[in-house]
Amino acid sequence: MNTTVSKIDELRTDAWSGGKSPFAVEYGKLMMWFFLLSDAFTFSAFLIYYGAQRFSKISWPDPDVVFQSIPGITDHGYPLVFVGIMTFILIMSSVTMVLAVEAGHRNSKKEVVWWMIGTIIGGMMFLGCQALEWSHLHHEGYWWGSFPASYTGIDTVGALQFANLFFTITGFHGFHVFTGVLINIIILFMVLANVFQKSGSYLMVEKVGLYWHFVDLVWVFVFTFFYLV
Amino acid sequence: MSAEHTHDEHASEHEGMTKKKIWQVFFYLLGITAVEFFIALYLIPKGILGQGIGNFSYIVLTLVKAFYIVAYFMHLKFEKFALKTGIVVSLVFIIYFIILMLIEGNYQFIHMN
Repeated sequence: MNTTVSKIDELRTDAWSGGKSPFAVEYGKLMMWFFLLSDAFTFSAFLIYYGAQRFSKISWPDPDVVFQSIPGITDHGYPLVFVGIMTFILIMSSVTMVLAVEAGHRNSKKEVVWWMIGTIIGGMMFLGCQALEWSHLHHEGYWWGSFPASYTGIDTVGALQFANLFFTITGFHGFHVFTGVLINIIILFMVLANVFQKSGSYLMVEKVGLYWHFVDLVWVFVFTFFYLV
Repeated sequence: MSAEHTHDEHASEHEGMTKKKIWQVFFYLLGITAVEFFIALYLIPKGILGQGIGNFSYIVLTLVKAFYIVAYFMHLKFEKFALKTGIVVSLVFIIYFIILMLIEGNYQFIHMN
């Protein structure tokens, strides 16, 4: 056996010369990152269009006036309170998700199960809040293609675009939350069935975790551009 | 005993996120959101901050929140340099698109209203 390494082989040991993953992440996790990147482009296309529309209109509905109810408690006078609760719920469920991932690193099945259940409950609460918000706005007259009669003259142009974009963008985000909850439930059952205990790695929890945090990340932007700006 | 110790060391090095750090990031996110509410419900209505500066601070604070979520919750800060740059540099297209569309919106504002 000749153990001498030729010069050309010596050079081929850096991360990009092949033979090993330069990113040092598992295939599925890398694909999740690529998917999330493409999803980020989709969401930013929606939000940038929203920005361009708002930029081009003479008047635009005032968010503090549109969103001032707390469904089931009061109809007006409390801007931002209800959406504040929704934001808190989503950030909270992001924390429980990352705690589930952390428990997975320690191979602690029991803790993963409880944090996953917490995350799922958080996601469902958020969806419930969004359903209340939607039905409240619908009763006020907002929907795709319609807006309350209180808008007149030039104000109707902005109000129509606002209504369309609000339901499209929060709807698309809500759909992501909904699928996230479904995937979390599937993974929860896989954890309960000892699938990851047997394979020895809770990496799958980490991958759904990435998706779940992305949903939270998008909400941070939706919240800013619809409710604050 | 010593074998267990080295295993623990390896695990913490791999994780990069401890429970303490997770709650710390949570309180940062909560604190930033509270500041946004303070601007929206107090500073702007009282006229201490103009709407323009308010909007600018909202966007900066949102980007700070986004950084904490992506870097710590999504663990990107602890990935390899190539993956980090691969993801983050791609977002430059979004900035380009924002510039394009705001110019377009401004053009429409001037010519269609």
